[in-house]
Amino acid sequence: MNPNNYLYVASLLFTIGAVGVVVRRNAIVVFMCVELMLNAANLAFVTFSRINGNLDGQVTAFFTMVVAACEVVVGLAIIVTIYRSRRSASVDDASLLKR
Amino acid sequence: MTFTAPVLQYALLAPILIVLAGALIGVLIEAFVRSSSRASAQLFVAVATIVIAFAQLVRVRGEGSIAAAMSAVTFDGAGVLLQGSILVIALISLFLIADQDNFTAAAAAVPGSLDEREAHQARVRTTEVFPLTLFAVAGMLLFPVSSDLITLFVALEMLSLPLYLMAGLSRYRRLASQEAALKYFLLGAFSSAFFLFGAAFLYGYSSSLTFAGIEAAVSGGAGNDVFLLLGIAFVSVGLLFKVGAFPFHAWSPDVYQGAPTPVTAFMAAATKVAAFGAILRIFYVSLGSAQSQWRPALVVIAIATMLFGSLVAIAQKDVKRMLAYSSIAHAGFLLSGVIALSKAGLDASIFYLFAYGVATVGGFAIVTLVRDSAGEVTDLNRWSGLGKRSPIVASTFAFFLLAFAGIPMTSGFIGKFSIFSAAYESGNSAILIAGVLSSAIAAFFYIRVIVLMFFKDPVEDGASVVIPSALTTTTIAISATITLVLGIFPAPLINFIASTAVFLR
Repeated sequence: MNPNNYLYVASLLFTIGAVGVVVRRNAIVVFMCVELMLNAANLAFVTFSRINGNLDGQVTAFFTMVVAACEVVVGLAIIVTIYRSRRSASVDDASLLKR
Repeated sequence: MTFTAPVLQYALLAPILIVLAGALIGVLIEAFVRSSSRASAQLFVAVATIVIAFAQLVRVRGEGSIAAAMSAVTFDGAGVLLQGSILVIALISLFLIADQDNFTAAAAAVPGSLDEREAHQARVRTTEVFPLTLFAVAGMLLFPVSSDLITLFVALEMLSLPLYLMAGLSRYRRLASQEAALKYFLLGAFSSAFFLFGAAFLYGYSSSLTFAGIEAAVSGGAGNDVFLLLGIAFVSVGLLFKVGAFPFHAWSPDVYQGAPTPVTAFMAAATKVAAFGAILRIFYVSLGSAQSQWRPALVVIAIATMLFGSLVAIAQKDVKRMLAYSSIAHAGFLLSGVIALSKAGLDASIFYLFAYGVATVGGFAIVTLVRDSAGEVTDLNRWSGLGKRSPIVASTFAFFLLAFAGIPMTSGFIGKFSIFSAAYESGNSAILIAGVLSSAIAAFFYIRVIVLMFFKDPVEDGASVVIPSALTTTTIAISATITLVLGIFPAPLINFIASTAVFLR
């Protein structure tokens, strides 16, 4: 199968994630969309690894997974704190700071 | 299949490793030292760590290697200067952070709850902020010396994640602080996803993750140009977000305003040095041959950033937001050093970064002093007449503002002069015109604040200046001295930068 198709899938996933970040209002969903974008990048790395015929891209995918896990820890901590203060995780409610 | 052990040059990596070790010791102090002596122990460890790391950096300053950690880290003159700047800025910010009145006692407690009040009454202190700062510093030290895309990405996250948390630790206006943390986190994660996707395309283009490999592919011109363009565009989005350049600046006023002021100072100054270090390295070293692909776009972004930052800053009524927009304008000035793509541009950028970073920490340190009973007063109207009540504090702030504006006798003038002349020599007169124009606009709103402080009468509910603690005084004194000395005798540092700053490739 032509490996370029996987690049199309990665771009599609990335776009879905980016659109999700922009249009969704719940902080958890926004964050899940970011994770989708990171995984799209992973898919692109692995595909390029196959196309280029070396392992660098696959190694990068592992690094990305670890970094994404760290990001989940920090991100959920922030989202849970803000939910406990406001009883809401909507990014629209968080508007104390002047536009 | 055989595995070869990596060769690491520990002496050259030592500044980063020392800071990481200090951060880990800080975590252990959190766990094992009694809470009454924790804050002083943490401050001692943090300051000692930064000083030792700086001493080690001075010791190895003359050495250079493109294989400090295989091909992942390049240690060279420009790297030494950037790391040195970050360490100096981190040290003076640490004194400000150590003044714990700005941090909440219990970050996990709901604002206004019983838990929070008890923690305040028990005088609990948020000492976690010291190890978090050190982790961020370690990431910042690694960021400008990384020479492959994995290391760059890991360093980016290493410096960002602690900062997201630190933004939410403010003692006063905690809801706004948590909101700042949320915004910083969501937009930061969004931009690092862009960075990573771009990195994937650069890898796809060059079949290599190292900057040297990408450079070889770019100058060879063999790969698919669509991949190269996508890669440059997406990687730039990720990096420009970190420095707050124009279309990607949305987070910075909110985060600057909401975060505790010492954290704002540290983040504004040190992140900028680290991120511009990385931008300079990636554009000078690996994408220099593809300049026709990115330079026109970057020129437009730089001009838009300068003008946007200066124009919007005029309308601000909050001093932290005004400084945020001014830092956006400065990001535009700094981008003209990247566009220059010459040795003069590199030298000027490094000087500018150091001078601007130090003055920024000093400026925000003054903001922490202007208070009323409910914490800091950042509303500019209530600052009016401050110069009549506290002439020393007001004149020091005025001095930092003049440095931002680039008035002669301050480091800001030398920085602006050298960076614009570098941009002009490389044939970008548009940048020069936009730069001078927006400097003039910027001078207007800096001087407006000075007029407000010295020539207006105090308002009724005006702010007062607290007696600065010894730590805050140290921060302000050091940054004011550096700003003044660099304005009057810049030659030693300029010559040192000119003889040292090179990118090994």
